[in-house]
Amino acid sequence: MTGWLQPHRVVMMALALSLLLWSALSLRWDWLADYAPLMVEGIWNTIWILVVTSVLGMVLAIPLGLAQAAGPWYLAAPARAFCTVIRGTPLLLQLWLLYYGLGSLFPQFPWIRQSELWPILRQAWPYAVLALTLSFAGYEGEVMRGAFKGVPRGQLEAAKAMGMPRFTILRRIWLPQAVQRALPTLGGETVLQLKATPLVATITVLDIYAVSSRVRQDTFIVYEPLLLLAVVYMCITGLIVLGFRQLERRVPQRVA
Amino acid sequence: MGQAAPQTFLDLPPARPEAIRIDGLRKSFGTIEVLRGVSLRACEGDVVAIIGGSGSGKSTLLRCINFLETPTSGRIVIGGEEIVLRPDGTPASRRQIEQARRRLGMVFQQFNLWTHKTILENLTEVPVHVLGVPRAEAVARAMALLARVGLAEKAEAYPAFLSGGQQQRAAIARALAIDPRAMLFDEPTSALDPELVGEVLNVIRDLAAEGRTMILVTHEMKFAREVASHVIYLHNGLIEEQGPPADLFGAPRSDRLKQFLKSVS
Repeated sequence: MTGWLQPHRVVMMALALSLLLWSALSLRWDWLADYAPLMVEGIWNTIWILVVTSVLGMVLAIPLGLAQAAGPWYLAAPARAFCTVIRGTPLLLQLWLLYYGLGSLFPQFPWIRQSELWPILRQAWPYAVLALTLSFAGYEGEVMRGAFKGVPRGQLEAAKAMGMPRFTILRRIWLPQAVQRALPTLGGETVLQLKATPLVATITVLDIYAVSSRVRQDTFIVYEPLLLLAVVYMCITGLIVLGFRQLERRVPQRVA
Repeated sequence: MGQAAPQTFLDLPPARPEAIRIDGLRKSFGTIEVLRGVSLRACEGDVVAIIGGSGSGKSTLLRCINFLETPTSGRIVIGGEEIVLRPDGTPASRRQIEQARRRLGMVFQQFNLWTHKTILENLTEVPVHVLGVPRAEAVARAMALLARVGLAEKAEAYPAFLSGGQQQRAAIARALAIDPRAMLFDEPTSALDPELVGEVLNVIRDLAAEGRTMILVTHEMKFAREVASHVIYLHNGLIEEQGPPADLFGAPRSDRLKQFLKSVS
């Protein structure tokens, strides 16, 4: 009880509560009921786009990092080039190049337009997912390069010396340790990825940011939707941080 | 090539089956030749101690036995099976190397335990995930080995929470967990605080007493004299002198060895 209920925390909680009360009582929230279903959809879209692009991006980042850390030059060079281009250009530019570029290129091929995939390819979200995935892969590829290199050589030698096949060493020793070392960075990068998702609103994907814009356009109410938007992003960020903290705890570390 | 080996003891018929045999091993790093034609043999039950100054090539020699370093040329026979090498010295078959390595338990100067796994997991990793031993069996064997090295109560601890001496004893148990034909020790006590050296040497002494085949690179001359059946003094990539420990330490013949023994005692 006394553990966390300390005077400074009580003061902070009182402040937060009064801020909440003030915004609830003196700001306009009558639009909430009308837009609630749309907001749920927006939050859902934001979250699945974040999860899917982070997971897919990470899946790409592992070979990108490995190629740069230990691969032959013909794999390392393209991987480095990819990471450099992705990290060297704005995400908004990549998103628009894919959406407007591919989006106007694809319809010119009849076999694409007639394919089963066309109903999907004519929507906006595949381009949003692709752009965000590639972007995450580019940044995390660089993080994983450092993480792979940071695993002590001796531990890999110990695995080698016991006759472990190369792929088993990667799967059982090298990769788990690289990921574990990268976890604090990856947590931060995932939070950044969350805050990159509003860009998809520029290509008509309905994420939570797009919903708040819609509210403003429809009702001319500016601050309330933005305040709520901030709260939503902070809640998701909190969940990400908590999740990564749990992951980091799985292997106890002793601080030297 | 084709010359008679200068180390005549190698020409004697082995008393017991040969666990490890090396003929004319050479190893260069760039233009520097670290090993310049070394031959040695460890029969089953032998404890071969390799001593020598820093840069004499003794660690490289040990690391060539299980191909952590690729020899430039030479012949390596593990448990009667010759490792097939290409003309440039690289192993012809990765599979053969992996299988040869599973017959050799290596202990490193820096322990090299896997820090993301508990001590027990360190011991069961290769038996379960490489050799296909059933988990229950591997765990039982690992616990017995940990009890032997006095670490039974540390099974669930992570390596970072153990002292250097404990980590090295765990690393020895890990090497034993694959039931190797021979053990390779690469300066196992050099990274330890002086008061922790004894506990590790005790474990190695026990292994020697039970007749395990070992090749031991060490700076602990007293220990080498006590446990070794054969001592090799390496200087500048060549065997300068070798023989039973009593001869080598008691009556060194070469001036370099005399000087070396004086400098380390």
